[in-house]
Amino acid sequence: MTTRDIVFAAVGAITALSALLSVTTKHVVHAALWLLVSLGTLAGCYLVLGQELVGLVQLLVYVGAIVVLVLFALMLTRAPIGPHAEIDTPAWQRVVGAVLGAATTALLGSLLLPLFSGATVDLAGGAPGGGTPAIAQAIFGTWVWPFELLSVLLLVALIGAFTVSRLVLKREDGVRPRPREVRR
Amino acid sequence: MIHLQLPAALAALLAGIGVYGVLARRNAVLVLIGVELILNAANLLLVTAGSRPGAPFSAGPVLTLFVITIAAAEIAVALAVVLVLFRTTGSIDLTAVPDLTDEPEPEPESRPEHGSEVRS
Repeated sequence: MTTRDIVFAAVGAITALSALLSVTTKHVVHAALWLLVSLGTLAGCYLVLGQELVGLVQLLVYVGAIVVLVLFALMLTRAPIGPHAEIDTPAWQRVVGAVLGAATTALLGSLLLPLFSGATVDLAGGAPGGGTPAIAQAIFGTWVWPFELLSVLLLVALIGAFTVSRLVLKREDGVRPRPREVRR
Repeated sequence: MIHLQLPAALAALLAGIGVYGVLARRNAVLVLIGVELILNAANLLLVTAGSRPGAPFSAGPVLTLFVITIAAAEIAVALAVVLVLFRTTGSIDLTAVPDLTDEPEPEPESRPEHGSEVRS
């Protein structure tokens, strides 16, 4: 165990714990806030791994934009304040979900841990592969066409979100929409 | 020096937690939180694999940046869909979504006069 191992274990434990809380808490808004903690500490994990550019982009895009969008959506859909049992599926379905989640973890773990067993990376001389200048050169060299395509994708997503949000749907049974009462 | 087994184990753990989050939630926005956790597990795995010595083209971090961009686009469109669902049905409970259509409503027999158009 080196120092970086211990630091990563500490930050990773916070990440896993807050992710677990964000999928199990009964408070709707708390779920989004625990997601914020989880994504923020994951940026810390990237920093420990020596990828400071990825960590900062994670902070900017995920913590700064995506979690705020999720909070906005929760507010606009009248998220109840306080514990609320109706946000979860029935107990048997949660048990099935827990079994499937544990199976996913076991499958990925049994595949990945032997793959990375004994693999170490020395971060004393900076990030592996040359750090941020190397990433910049790779993006605007090898990966320039996927990068440009991504900008088109962002434009399409912007227009698509705008168009979808103006869509008016009708219920087939003709019932008028009736906002659910806010319950405590 | 850091052992790469720890980040790989954390990625597996995050993916499992995300699968549980998708399956155990009825609120549509909270299902999206589970999807975000799975995407982050993929990101962490990409960064971990990209830190191995000899990875070509800086593929790990670059692809992670691409996945973060795609996740931002995905969540914008998904939340627009969720908001339309809430406007139409009044709740975002995924177990109680009625059949929806975007066909125009059939014209009523006697068109009401100006006064009642405020209701629509």
